[in-house]
Amino acid sequence: MQPQRYWREIPRRYRLEAGKCRKCGKVFMPPRLICDACRCTEFDMVRLSDKGKVHTYTVIRIAPSGFGEQVPFVLALVDLEGGVRLTMQVADCGPEDVKIGSPVKVEFRKINEVGKSGVICYGYKAVLA
Amino acid sequence: MRDVAVIGVGINKWGEHWKTSLRDLAVEAALKALEDAKVDAVDSIQIGCMSGGLFAGQEHLASLVADYLGCAGVPASRVESACASGGVAFKAAYAEVAAGLSDAALVLGVEKMTDVGGDEATYTLGTAADQEYECYNGATFPGLYAMMAVRHMHEFGTTRRQLSMVAVKNHDNGLKNPDAQYHAKLTPEEVERSSMVADPLHLLDCSPITDGAAALVLCPLDRAKKLSGHPLVKVLGVGHATDAIALHSRKNLVRLDAVEKAAARAYKAAGVKPSDIDLAEVHDCFTIAEIMVTEALGFAKPGEGGKLAASGATALGGKIPVNTSGGLKSKGHPVGATGVAQILELVQQLRGEAGGRQVRKAKVGLAQNMGGTGGSSTVSILGKA
Repeated sequence: MQPQRYWREIPRRYRLEAGKCRKCGKVFMPPRLICDACRCTEFDMVRLSDKGKVHTYTVIRIAPSGFGEQVPFVLALVDLEGGVRLTMQVADCGPEDVKIGSPVKVEFRKINEVGKSGVICYGYKAVLA
Repeated sequence: MRDVAVIGVGINKWGEHWKTSLRDLAVEAALKALEDAKVDAVDSIQIGCMSGGLFAGQEHLASLVADYLGCAGVPASRVESACASGGVAFKAAYAEVAAGLSDAALVLGVEKMTDVGGDEATYTLGTAADQEYECYNGATFPGLYAMMAVRHMHEFGTTRRQLSMVAVKNHDNGLKNPDAQYHAKLTPEEVERSSMVADPLHLLDCSPITDGAAALVLCPLDRAKKLSGHPLVKVLGVGHATDAIALHSRKNLVRLDAVEKAAARAYKAAGVKPSDIDLAEVHDCFTIAEIMVTEALGFAKPGEGGKLAASGATALGGKIPVNTSGGLKSKGHPVGATGVAQILELVQQLRGEAGGRQVRKAKVGLAQNMGGTGGSSTVSILGKA
């Protein structure tokens, strides 16, 4: 992955920085340039809550490239407090431990190592709360 | 708008074609379609191909294929909408002919998927999802559909066995399709014993990696009456819609909004309703997808697609046969070719040329093609003219 492609996503991935529509208050992660609810183009930066619940989940057993050493791992859609839903792994748990509705906390974690040089990528993962 | 007919179809057996290149796959199918249509020249070419670049290292495909088809000079475009590329290419050609821009249009769908290894193929298919906010965190396509399945099971009580029945039925149909990649009868137990890919989806819930192409020739209906020796097949209506490609950005994980919108547009254009459809080809990239699509098309109430699949209503001889070709599951899924081959199946059925899988008295057929987890969809309705 080229540095610029990784670098520009850091505010979202490291700090959960989202965009909140100035007119209707809808929150977008990642931030957008136009609100799909009211067409407003002005946003404020807000930090998403690190608390949420599992909306749905699966156990990935055949991993995509770069995740081979992690299988099996739980992947979930997490509803964060405040109304934003995100795709993330649920870490530090077994395949049987996650259920729909499980409360989780979002943490800053290593995602994987990519490329021949093994550059470490970071981002957000959930852990059971 | 002029009425449009499909007057030629071309396909070769799908599978792993190590000896055949991307360009030759496309040209073989195109030549068959031109021969079937009894035309030797077209005014335009539309090629549905998801990723010539990542699967075969080849872009600029439309011009390449026009050249190798011996018709350099003809305007040709490549259309991309992930796994719905073929359906959108068909729509583009339909619009060309309906609008009077072309009097004969060639539609091609092609994908050469086995020139890369499994990891690269998974990566390439993953580009149809949100690279930065789904795949970055470890999502795969089976994983995304699995999360839809978990939610569908949770909200509606859809069962593991109902998923299996989709695979079993489509493989039964594939046995009767000489062009299908797999000719293997399955039992539900075999589906459930196959290796787990992403819970609750097993390997035999998933469509395969396939090399393949399919082609169609379209022309105005008036001209078709003079040209074609086949029973005439008319395009009754085409619908097309989009949705968020990231699953987490959808309002509702158990509904396919893009399919519902595309279907509503196609039904309106065609002047028909779900109960008028005699057979349907739908995008069963995973077994759960067929269940959700039959709901979105109005063949079952929301949440009852699993029951419909298990009831036998979608089998050959049932009330609404679905995926008589074998579907993506058994016929194969060369992504860009799939949407075109779905139309081809309808044409063969409506002409009465579908052999052992012929739906009796088929007058109206529907094809639904889908990109990603439902970020795009086309619905095309064809009928006997």
